[in-house]
Amino acid sequence: MKDILLMGNPNVGKSVVFSRLTGTDVIVSNYSGTTVEFTRGRMKLNGDVLGVIDVPGTYTLDPTTPAEQVAADMLAEGEVIVNVVDATNLERNLNLTLQLLSSGKPMVVALNMWDEAEHKGIQIDIAKLEKLLAVPVVPTVALSGQGIKQLVGRLAEAAAGTWTYDAERHWAQIGEIVDQVQVVKHHHHSLLENLADLSLKPWTGIPLAIVVAVVAFALIRLVGEGLIGYVFEPLFENLWRPLMAGLSVLLGPGSFWHELLIGSLVDGEIDFVESLGMLTTGLFVPIGMVLPYIFAFYLVLGLIEDIGYLPRLGVLVDTIMHRMGLHGLTVIPMMLGLGCNVPGALSTRILETRRERFIAATLMAICVPCMAQIAMVVGLMGQSDNLMLGLFAVFGTLAMLWVVLALIFKRVLPGEAPEIFVEIPPYRMPYAGAVAQKVWLRTRQFITEAVPYVLLGIFIVNVLYVLHIIQFLGNLLSPVVTRLWGLPTEAIAALLIGFLRKDVAIGMLAPLGLNLKQLIIACTILTVYFPCAATFAVLLREFGLRRMAKAALLMTAVALTVGALLNLIL
Amino acid sequence: MAPGQSGIVASLKGGWGMVRRMQAMGIRPGVPITKTTSQPFRGPISVQVGNTQVALGFGLARRIMVEVPG
Repeated sequence: MKDILLMGNPNVGKSVVFSRLTGTDVIVSNYSGTTVEFTRGRMKLNGDVLGVIDVPGTYTLDPTTPAEQVAADMLAEGEVIVNVVDATNLERNLNLTLQLLSSGKPMVVALNMWDEAEHKGIQIDIAKLEKLLAVPVVPTVALSGQGIKQLVGRLAEAAAGTWTYDAERHWAQIGEIVDQVQVVKHHHHSLLENLADLSLKPWTGIPLAIVVAVVAFALIRLVGEGLIGYVFEPLFENLWRPLMAGLSVLLGPGSFWHELLIGSLVDGEIDFVESLGMLTTGLFVPIGMVLPYIFAFYLVLGLIEDIGYLPRLGVLVDTIMHRMGLHGLTVIPMMLGLGCNVPGALSTRILETRRERFIAATLMAICVPCMAQIAMVVGLMGQSDNLMLGLFAVFGTLAMLWVVLALIFKRVLPGEAPEIFVEIPPYRMPYAGAVAQKVWLRTRQFITEAVPYVLLGIFIVNVLYVLHIIQFLGNLLSPVVTRLWGLPTEAIAALLIGFLRKDVAIGMLAPLGLNLKQLIIACTILTVYFPCAATFAVLLREFGLRRMAKAALLMTAVALTVGALLNLIL
Repeated sequence: MAPGQSGIVASLKGGWGMVRRMQAMGIRPGVPITKTTSQPFRGPISVQVGNTQVALGFGLARRIMVEVPG
């Protein structure tokens, strides 16, 4: 199978071209480094099946980050290169284009964001550019699909680059090309460009950041609660409950299958949170409580990503982050981690050094609760008499812990966070289709990956109870759980399941009748003590065994200390 | 340079790796450059070169020598 490589600078739309060519769903955003791994897809061309590889963006073939390293390594693999170029940044993009040409591989250039270039008053003479580069050049607007057909049509004409790279004359040559093909007309600052400046200036940027945060949280709550109140609760209460009640009678309370599928009845009725059956709690927790917030979160995150806000936030917080030994862009893994720790851990690849990536991923795994967890903590605290105090205590503790751990890392791990050096993308109007696709993709990922884990978790709890293993472990660990943390021994079951899925684990606290203090301690410990199975797998792959062992040791120590401290203070 | 001021990049003071990275972003001698914003307490600076806006740390920004006309 012939492989086509999509290569280009970061944030020029390679992934959009990729999904247009292959029909494969991939996540695209408006900032550098959305793609940190290569993605493989297939397309049909005149009856042949071709492989298409979406390569992470790179400015040059001499790599400076692991994502760029992936790109440089990939070059050897492909037979044909589609070089995606940002038409609004021709000069800078040509640097890579000329390097790629001198590799001698057949190549086609896609001049992407053609609409934005026209809008900015940039005119490029395509015929002339084609002649100078001696390969086909096709203007495209990948987001809307314009020009993709022509691009595919001209793949067959892909010509081997004949350019000889000359380090001395390199930039002069680029300058000559640009002078010959590009004319820039003056244009006025648009509203978005003015807003872009305001959000980066400190005196307006910081208040704006606070506004963005407040609006984002309000939106997430509004959408999440709305979906629960008007869609999911009625669905479960009016449709699912009668079905389950019938099944309960049929199976007979107390029988093994009743315990497994329906769970134990609370006051003679099914309780969707406390019953702990696979068909009751197992479906209600992921779908009825967590899914609406996952959807809401990713909708808001998708908009913020596609507008291009995240790198600006990174710049705004860079100064204070450096005081804590971190890089401003560390906010990106943290924000993504709030949705799910797995993509959060992967996105640490945009950071330059191993030290930084280790710190960022560990901080995120310990202190950043994922949306599934947050939704459950909110749901659980909602039943206590003081929701706000409880939430404040849990998230306040996590935030403080984040700062303390960052400062400890700064002292203990030698080295310094490199200075920020990042391209700031222009603000763009989010493209509804792209946002919708991204939300759908991430929500689907949650459904297909989380629901089986939740069901497995509930299955395991039931088996462990039947085999009396939970009771045994409870006795074994009771000094830590009861003495140190002040929790009932039954909480051990939740802690065990937390290795698998944190949302179910928090749901398992519901029947224990914990008071507010115990709830705060249990929710905090469940966040910090260990990542869930899926996150653990990714961290292990990113860190390797030795550093993962170090991180795990740290997590255990932090959980012991923080739990004990909270138990003392509260 | 104050935010909003423009000039021409005169030289880049730094190692080979740094110079190459700057060049890849479009910052190199002879190119017009505008400082767009700066963060307080020696925080990152953002500059505009061509159609690209780049944010870079204070220390990195200091190594870009710019000739400001007038």
